[in-house]
Amino acid sequence: MEKGEAKSKKAGGPPPRLCCICNERRPVLKRPKTLQQICRECFYEVFEEEIHQAIVENRLFKSGERVAIGASGGKDSTVLAYVLSELNRRHSYGLDLFLLSIDEGITGYRDDSLETVKRNELQYGLPLQILSYKDLYGWTMDDIVKMIGLKNNCTFCGVFRRQALDRGAALLKVDKLVTGHNADDIAETVLLNILRGDIARLSRCTSITTGEDGPIPRCKPFKYTYEKEIVMYAYFKKLDYFSTECIYSPNAYRGFAREFIKDLERLRPRAILDIIKSGEDFRIATTTKMPEQGTCERCGYISSQKWCKACVLLDGLNRGLPKMGIGRARGGVNGGGDHKKETKAGSTVKSLESKQCGSLDF
Amino acid sequence: MACNSSGCESGSCGREKENGSKAEEEVIGAKKESVCLKCKSNEPMTFGDGGSDDGRFCADCFRSNVYGKFRLAVTSHAMITPSDNVLVAFSGGSSSRVALQFVHELQVKALKNYEASRDRSLPVFGVGVAFVDESAAYPPALSSEMGDAVAWVRSTVLSMYPPEKDLHVVPIESVFGSESVEARGRLVKLLDSVSDETGKEDLLLHLKMLSLQKVASENGYNRLVVGSCTSRLASHVLTATVKGRGYSLSADIQHVDARWKVPVVLPLRDCVWQEITRLCHLDGLKTVELARHPQSGINDLVSSFVSLLQEENPSRECTIVRTAAKLTPFYFNKIPETDDSCVPMATQRRLKKFNLKYDGSMTTEAFCPICNGPLNESDSSDLNTFKGYDSDALFAACCSSCRFQILPQDRSSLEHFGSLLPHHMISQVKHHQKFDSQTYLREKIKDCLLLDDEEAV
Repeated sequence: MEKGEAKSKKAGGPPPRLCCICNERRPVLKRPKTLQQICRECFYEVFEEEIHQAIVENRLFKSGERVAIGASGGKDSTVLAYVLSELNRRHSYGLDLFLLSIDEGITGYRDDSLETVKRNELQYGLPLQILSYKDLYGWTMDDIVKMIGLKNNCTFCGVFRRQALDRGAALLKVDKLVTGHNADDIAETVLLNILRGDIARLSRCTSITTGEDGPIPRCKPFKYTYEKEIVMYAYFKKLDYFSTECIYSPNAYRGFAREFIKDLERLRPRAILDIIKSGEDFRIATTTKMPEQGTCERCGYISSQKWCKACVLLDGLNRGLPKMGIGRARGGVNGGGDHKKETKAGSTVKSLESKQCGSLDF
Repeated sequence: MACNSSGCESGSCGREKENGSKAEEEVIGAKKESVCLKCKSNEPMTFGDGGSDDGRFCADCFRSNVYGKFRLAVTSHAMITPSDNVLVAFSGGSSSRVALQFVHELQVKALKNYEASRDRSLPVFGVGVAFVDESAAYPPALSSEMGDAVAWVRSTVLSMYPPEKDLHVVPIESVFGSESVEARGRLVKLLDSVSDETGKEDLLLHLKMLSLQKVASENGYNRLVVGSCTSRLASHVLTATVKGRGYSLSADIQHVDARWKVPVVLPLRDCVWQEITRLCHLDGLKTVELARHPQSGINDLVSSFVSLLQEENPSRECTIVRTAAKLTPFYFNKIPETDDSCVPMATQRRLKKFNLKYDGSMTTEAFCPICNGPLNESDSSDLNTFKGYDSDALFAACCSSCRFQILPQDRSSLEHFGSLLPHHMISQVKHHQKFDSQTYLREKIKDCLLLDDEEAV
């Protein structure tokens, strides 16, 4: 029996009649992060205040900045849009907020969630921009899964989405991108990087702001916010969001980490924050941190290799070699090498689907 | 190195299987020729335990693989040298049984060399065995079961002769300085005052280490051999991460841990659990499994998680430890160099050569009095608010993880808790109380200050 529960059990008798914080109203919920029994109003207050503190203490924004919110229509991005516009108003951040949504082309899943984002545009009064994989890359996720099956599809989607967000942000001419990654996501990522041996990523994944030296810096105001609390907030505030899991996700390796963290949260709620703390405290030599940064030869996007990962994956898809770019790089397989030799030899075969992506300046 | 390639699936940890064709070839090869992959002459062993690498090596090559990893760890980290007196922590489980066996074989070899050499210049290192009796922590004590276990341990140690080895049966309540009924009562009270299940388990582990350190230093040992294998360390990496102990993690998983009075060495760090159990099976090494208190905390959750991951990929433990091994170790993660003239020159040279690899400039001064973990700046940042009360000093001196899961939350319970802790832990608190320069300076100039502290700021 972990500490929080032991405490309330030691107190004995019926649960407290009044909210722990205001001592005025009746408690209606148990706060997932601290197990405190509080009323609705106090929950809204602590929830919003903690996010405000995260924004202020980490100096995420400057007055006058144009900020795009990565909006999928899911609970995290809906709550993010709601809270950020509210805090922007309340504390006068002076931000110009936009919604940026990516259409991966997953029938039945993405079209529905896009409807939600379109509603958010009206509800919160934030201008919306939608970009699709079809336009950017010539492939939808449905096409990709048809070709490669259900094993490495999340890799494709993740890589493509990251670039798509950057392109969308460039189109909107924003200074910063915010995403709804929450504490659970970051804790899962820390664990995943330990399990997979990725020390370089391990050192970067707990940063609240990343990519300051890249095209568009991005930050995660929900870094210390529990997923369960986001759901609770959306529920009580009756926010409009789309709540289905991506239909292609069940086989993702991240599922292992997610299940484990759910079990862990039941035993000790603060463990999620403890994982993030560990991630921040790991002694990683600065020499191992940054891979050398260059630009992709094919499209100009930021890349540590000759070709950016999106171009490598895309090339693989177009050439019917879906395993290209998946797993460890071996010699010339990673983009640059082989392909260059072919073009130099005068091969003019270029798939109709591959697009020149260099049109947007980075 | 977390582990040698021969101990893991597909011949290398973390390497992707190339379209399965390589694995197929190997299976076909094995069926055709059926010889050991290493020596190509003997028949390979099959353990039939459903694990990886089954049917690839013969018994001799398998054994020499595992022993080879042990020896490499010992020599490259100068764990055991001729002038040392080594205490092997023996729990009766497979890992410590193998550690004991290998240390014994190393000692036998050294004795043989000693007797064969003309000048007898290199002495044979001494070996003792310590068995910690934890029954006082789980009353009602299963005294008959423990009695049988101790008898078995005694006979096992007696059979490892020559050279002779002393056996020390250490009741865990000996950390309090005596082995009386009062000491046992104090232990129970101490454990009961920890409300968190995981905290209780961890406190017991810290007390266990303290008792081992005590018996080692009181009996003239200068090395403590612990049988932790790769698999155990993989679980430790995850439990430490999950408890917010990311800073001190790299201190716990190295081959050498010299922050203790008697440096702790892990010669089986590069061996996986599967190899160890197979070796016990192969050589008929008996083990004893004591009935354990049912564990329902985080440590248990992590163990099941690691087992699950292992089913999905048998190299996962190795990858986890390899990742953690990339974290920067501490200055105490190596055998300290010594000017002691009894230490042979060869050893001194080897130590110097090895220590060159470590950056000696990074030093930490403060350690948590309970878990002995090096303290991060953030842990000790709020020291200034704690003055006066001894219990506050204890709270301030501990790492954030121990503060949460071990220390009681309210001040009066904390006072009482502090009085129950073994002397060694409490004395650390007084030692490492950080000097509050601000208060000290203020005292000096107090008579010249016109404004109150808050207003001055």
